[in-house]
Amino acid sequence: MSSMNKYISNVVKTIPPSGIRKFFDLVAQTEGVISLGVGEPDFVTPWHIREAACYSLERGYTMYTSNQGLLELREEIAAYEKRRIGIEYSPEKEVLITVGVSEAVDLALRTLLEPGDEVLVPEPCFVSYAPVGVLTYGKAVPVQTYDEDQYRLKADVLAKCITPRSKVLILAYPSNPTGGIMGQEDLEALLDIIIKNDLIVISDEIYSELTYYGKHVSIASLPGMRDRTIMMNGLSKAFAMTGWRIGYACGNQDIIAAMTKIHQYTIMCAPIMGQKAALEALRHGETEMRRMVDNYNFRRKLILSGLQDIGMDCFEPRGAFYCFPSIRVSGMSSEDFCAGLLEEEKVAVVPGNAFGENGEGYIRCCYAASVNNIEEAVAKMGNFIKRHNKIPIANIG
Amino acid sequence: MDLERTVLALIENDARLSTKTLATMLGVDEAEIKALIEKMEKAKVILGYNTVINWERMGDDGVTAMIDVKVAPEREVGFNSVAEKIYRFPEVKCVYLMSGTYDLSVVVTGESMKDIAWFVSHKLSTLNNVQSTVTHFILKRYKQDGFIFEEPEEDKRLVVSP
Repeated sequence: MSSMNKYISNVVKTIPPSGIRKFFDLVAQTEGVISLGVGEPDFVTPWHIREAACYSLERGYTMYTSNQGLLELREEIAAYEKRRIGIEYSPEKEVLITVGVSEAVDLALRTLLEPGDEVLVPEPCFVSYAPVGVLTYGKAVPVQTYDEDQYRLKADVLAKCITPRSKVLILAYPSNPTGGIMGQEDLEALLDIIIKNDLIVISDEIYSELTYYGKHVSIASLPGMRDRTIMMNGLSKAFAMTGWRIGYACGNQDIIAAMTKIHQYTIMCAPIMGQKAALEALRHGETEMRRMVDNYNFRRKLILSGLQDIGMDCFEPRGAFYCFPSIRVSGMSSEDFCAGLLEEEKVAVVPGNAFGENGEGYIRCCYAASVNNIEEAVAKMGNFIKRHNKIPIANIG
Repeated sequence: MDLERTVLALIENDARLSTKTLATMLGVDEAEIKALIEKMEKAKVILGYNTVINWERMGDDGVTAMIDVKVAPEREVGFNSVAEKIYRFPEVKCVYLMSGTYDLSVVVTGESMKDIAWFVSHKLSTLNNVQSTVTHFILKRYKQDGFIFEEPEEDKRLVVSP
């Protein structure tokens, strides 16, 4: 069959395929792999939530919902966000239920960007922000964050990336892939630049319940930021509900109304089964959620201490369920390290450069895995590093 | 939750977690975990460490019965002395005092139904104060002590995802 590539739009051609996809294919061909490469909880959705979803199906809830989503779910979300970040959003006008935070990011960028507008994307970060920025005819501008800053976004670095076309700043903390968080002071340090340059902030807070030091602070709760922030959250990570695809955006009613316009033509509504499940999760899921978060925290400490024992430098991640150790002891590139580790030790981790150029030299290890698998995977990584160690461990500063 | 309860909750689900692993997971010294567990053992908070085994998988046909026992309580000791007489039999695995239509619930294991029938007729119902018994045989185990028997927990996630 002849190539159909000439029919594919240039903008789609310009976005690279996800680096994770490439690595996924490699892992899929290998048998008996211990994977620290996943990006989701290792818990199945708690049974009471699954059971409530089954019941709603039995009762015949199989129809569309309103474009914004079930009002009762929006009310529950508004109440939850009031508890979580202390902001009151109107369930009628300021909450939009989406197919995961991924859809919300897409809607927000399509709503905000004119061709050529710039989206500031702190890296390393989740894989979709920059490509979505490009797909919506904007320009993604990477803003570097660094290991020595615990991957917090620093005002001076951000300031250097600002141009007259800067319009949107994406903040995604706790961070996938680094596990870094931004505390209140860290966020306050950015306010001057954000307000002076009239930026809109997309705050992806999907990992916020998985914060192990203090309480998560949303930038939307800081002075002057409520209407300037599109706050996004969802059920996937905290409630172990990735496959249900329920996220939401909260913010100023004009922006939410504009996003809803796109959503109604492209998605119509998030699936009702997922919305019913989300309702149960927000009403009765708190205890199970806390239990899961405690459990991640135990394993966070376990993997961190394991990585230190085998001589890998890793800053202490304070959120999400990832750690992002440096692989410079090996002298390898991230991709070579991951491919080698997979081939020789059958352990899958994700190359850091899949999350942005300055992720090079690092790997993402997800500790949403069993205690046994974490211990075994770390021991195997230790063997691998011993074999490929380029720098004597004692000399690592 | 305090450290003691946290440790207990963790080893209740997995008694084989080493003190070293527990110490790392909780960010405390291993010596502290060891001392804590020892203290709990001495205080009989921790009574022992069992293994949940699916004997059927080994091809064994052992039988377990749950027996409802009606008992006439005794002055001063109530149900305790008869409970004690029952739980001393090694084939008795559990004894509970119950609210409701009967008094003691007794879990007994044996190699065959005959074993259990013999235990009930010769040992249990002949005890003074035991007024009546109703024996229920377990036909199939679905879940025990938090473990599901026939449904191995498999990881259905993609091996790598963003």
